Amino acid sequence: MLIEVTINGILKSFETSPGEILLDLLRREGYKSVKRGCETGECGACSIILDGKLAKSCLLFAPQVSGHEIVTLEGMESFSKLHPIQRAFLDEGAVQCGFCTPGMILAAKTLLEGNPHPMEEEIKEAISGNLCRCTGYIKIIRAIKKAGEILKGNV
Amino acid sequence: MFKEVGRNVPRVDGYALVRGKPVFTDDIDLKDMLFIKFLRSPHPHAIIKSIDTSQAEKMEGVALVLSYENAPRVPHTTAGQGYPEPSPYDTVMFDRKVRFVGDRVACVAATSPEVAEEATKKLSVEYEVLPPVFDPEWAMRDGAPIIHDEKDSQGILDPQHNLVGEVEVKVGSLEKGFKEADVILERRYEVHYAQHTPIEPHIVITWLDENGRLVIRSATQVPFHTRRICANVLGIPIQRIRVVKPRIGGGFGVKQEVYLDYVAGWITLQTGRPAKIELTREEEFISRTRHPIITLLKAGAKRDGTLTALDMRILSNTGAYGSHATTVMYNTGSKVLPLYRCPNVRFQGRVVYTNLPVAGAYRGYGATQGYFATESMLDELAEEIGMDPVELRKEVHIKEGETSPIFQALGEGREGISQVISSCKLPQCIEEGLKLIGWKKKPKEEGRMSRGYGCAIMMQGSGIPAIDMGAALIKMNEDGSFNLLVGATDLGTGSDTILAQIAAEALKVPTKKIIVYSSDTDLTPFDVGAYASSTTYISGGAVLKTAERVLEEIIRIGGEMLNEAEGELIAKDAQVISKRTGRSVTYEEIAKNSLYERDQHQIIGSMSHISSQSPPPFAAHFVELLVDRGTGKVKVERYVACVDCGTPINPKLAEGQVEGSIINGISYALTEQFIFDKNGRMMNASFQDYKIFSAMDIPELKVVLIPSHEPSGPFGAKSVGEVNINGPCPAIANAIWDAIGIRFRETPFTPERILRALTLGGSSGART
Repeated sequence: MLIEVTINGILKSFETSPGEILLDLLRREGYKSVKRGCETGECGACSIILDGKLAKSCLLFAPQVSGHEIVTLEGMESFSKLHPIQRAFLDEGAVQCGFCTPGMILAAKTLLEGNPHPMEEEIKEAISGNLCRCTGYIKIIRAIKKAGEILKGNV
Repeated sequence: MFKEVGRNVPRVDGYALVRGKPVFTDDIDLKDMLFIKFLRSPHPHAIIKSIDTSQAEKMEGVALVLSYENAPRVPHTTAGQGYPEPSPYDTVMFDRKVRFVGDRVACVAATSPEVAEEATKKLSVEYEVLPPVFDPEWAMRDGAPIIHDEKDSQGILDPQHNLVGEVEVKVGSLEKGFKEADVILERRYEVHYAQHTPIEPHIVITWLDENGRLVIRSATQVPFHTRRICANVLGIPIQRIRVVKPRIGGGFGVKQEVYLDYVAGWITLQTGRPAKIELTREEEFISRTRHPIITLLKAGAKRDGTLTALDMRILSNTGAYGSHATTVMYNTGSKVLPLYRCPNVRFQGRVVYTNLPVAGAYRGYGATQGYFATESMLDELAEEIGMDPVELRKEVHIKEGETSPIFQALGEGREGISQVISSCKLPQCIEEGLKLIGWKKKPKEEGRMSRGYGCAIMMQGSGIPAIDMGAALIKMNEDGSFNLLVGATDLGTGSDTILAQIAAEALKVPTKKIIVYSSDTDLTPFDVGAYASSTTYISGGAVLKTAERVLEEIIRIGGEMLNEAEGELIAKDAQVISKRTGRSVTYEEIAKNSLYERDQHQIIGSMSHISSQSPPPFAAHFVELLVDRGTGKVKVERYVACVDCGTPINPKLAEGQVEGSIINGISYALTEQFIFDKNGRMMNASFQDYKIFSAMDIPELKVVLIPSHEPSGPFGAKSVGEVNINGPCPAIANAIWDAIGIRFRETPFTPERILRALTLGGSSGART
């Protein structure tokens, strides 16, 4: 079956099957920032933004997103400039192995777009579905706080 | 003063990582790939009587079924260690016997993961089920089931009693020590199974290159050991194999294990096609684990806080195979006991097989288990002699300029090497930590909550002395930039970055002038890999030596260009300057001169480094927590860690190592546990049921680096990767004691256990 879906602002069509997991489709179509960590919706490495909300692509069938809008980390890239969230992750040491990073950044983006000045507890809650084993989350939380300030123009 | 060292340079691989670039093992697409899935044993202990593969082989898309019937049988160890490995050769690719639930029976390579999975279900296997043994104490007794009765294994101490190895060392006289003691305590401590849970599960992709060589692209911490072990198991020369480690999604020791690479490699060699193994999360949980260890610790002390005797006897459970069994056992003594000033010490270790998941290398590597015992014991002693536990620690810990006979008596799988502590800021760490935590300042009771404070001190090593070797190569480009090639393996730690900073500091250029390429057996020099907290110290030492050699060459050529004697020259800010005239040439001019103009040659150098020392990093941890007496739940409120890792090459990355270790350690102490059914099957192999900390669970954490200068380390650096995972278990146990007066001698401290102990009226968590 054919589905049409907007990915990172571009309308795409894909041949898929009713049982194909969205994570598999995205990875085979080259969106490699979407990571496979558990396939049961528990680690958040496969996070995407679906219609403005954070979603786990391992819990969705590809046909479910037909007609919808998806953002992956590839969509945050411009040719030479990092998004302030990416910049903050880099500067604050919020990246260690980098495997959870795409999901974390998308979780941060989803949060900050609705709430540019979150409290620490709100940040923790926003990334609570994204597991990281390297950083202990400390620097990730700091990076998101900083990115929020930059996005608000406070820094 | 340093220019590049000590600076928070952003990770050199960070730009790609924050953009989600395809830099991990699985991020490449190859044509005609085969996907490999395993059939795993449903029994903890069984002989495979027969295996019928015909139905699976008939399935469309199935390329190959591999089992003991057609796989090469080469006994080896899966521990990715230096050669010869101090671990038993007790594993083959596929055996006729299975030794734990989840052990591999066979695998199928097919055109899709789904077909491969489906085909494994069509394999018809007849088992002769054998009685299992799960209890490590029972495993050693006469009449217990024998797990490794195969004839061709090597290096197992006593297979008849499931005993992989043992060690006993004594210094001084225990008898004398206990006689001198005012107080003698004897306790039993138990530390539980755990899994590393890197967010990226194990993955390997293999293929044949244009010349028929086998390429192994693997999420490994040990590319060079992977090449050597695979060559042995596959029966092909080392020169036919190239191992490439791309970015890897966390390791923590679990990827110091070579046991999937050769399976994929064999499929590729047999079929000529690329092959991939990617473990599911469920499989990852039983890939490799932390050794559960029982410690019997008897300690004697005088009323003034002098330790007179320490008798530590451990029983380690390696599960079904002996990967890292012996070395982890040694480390439980060798990385723990030297911390304490005590003239009379015995360390006795035994490690046994059981029909449970295989234990391996896990951050802390035995020390984590050992410190739970010793650091709990120090608090128990302090209570007994009426001394403040922090004061007792100040008294007993090793100081700068001191040595411990344990260093020489106990190494890693063999005798150790004597060493004197040449850098130790533990006293300052303790003082600073006490201040930051506000030791016992807040009220004890708050309604249903009881507040407690606890502390722990700890050390580790920096590489394995006289064994671990790293090498580096630096070449200069005509724009004055440098390629740095290292075998060292960045598993997310940031080692590529700090090695670049070390090179930049020594070469007198900004770090951005260094282009790092690492961990490719065809292109980079040898390095043992990322384990034993070795990279900063050992690989960093190699980078420093290499950079110094290249710098000499740069200065020599600069001198010729300036017509100046070498003694009159200095290198600074990417220039060679005459001290006499002030005239200078830039690195760019020097490189161009050397490549194109005069005495043409490539400015290049390569050096290796090995150390006779393994200077320990030290840390003092303090915790403030609340125990909910109604639910038994422990809430860690604040955690302070003060750490002496020598010179932090990149403070932010070093802090990151500390923070990650501590949150992992707290999670291990409170919520992570393996739950087995009566067959030894792990029943909670998912993040739903095996709880690792999320951002919601973390306490307020304060990390302070207290630099020392380690004379044998590059720019004064020591390691930082492992040491801090040793603190949370004992610090939290000590704080729970402080809060509710119940001593837990068995980890983890789950609400169920605490509530049970509270209800039963103050009995302790483990037998004494």
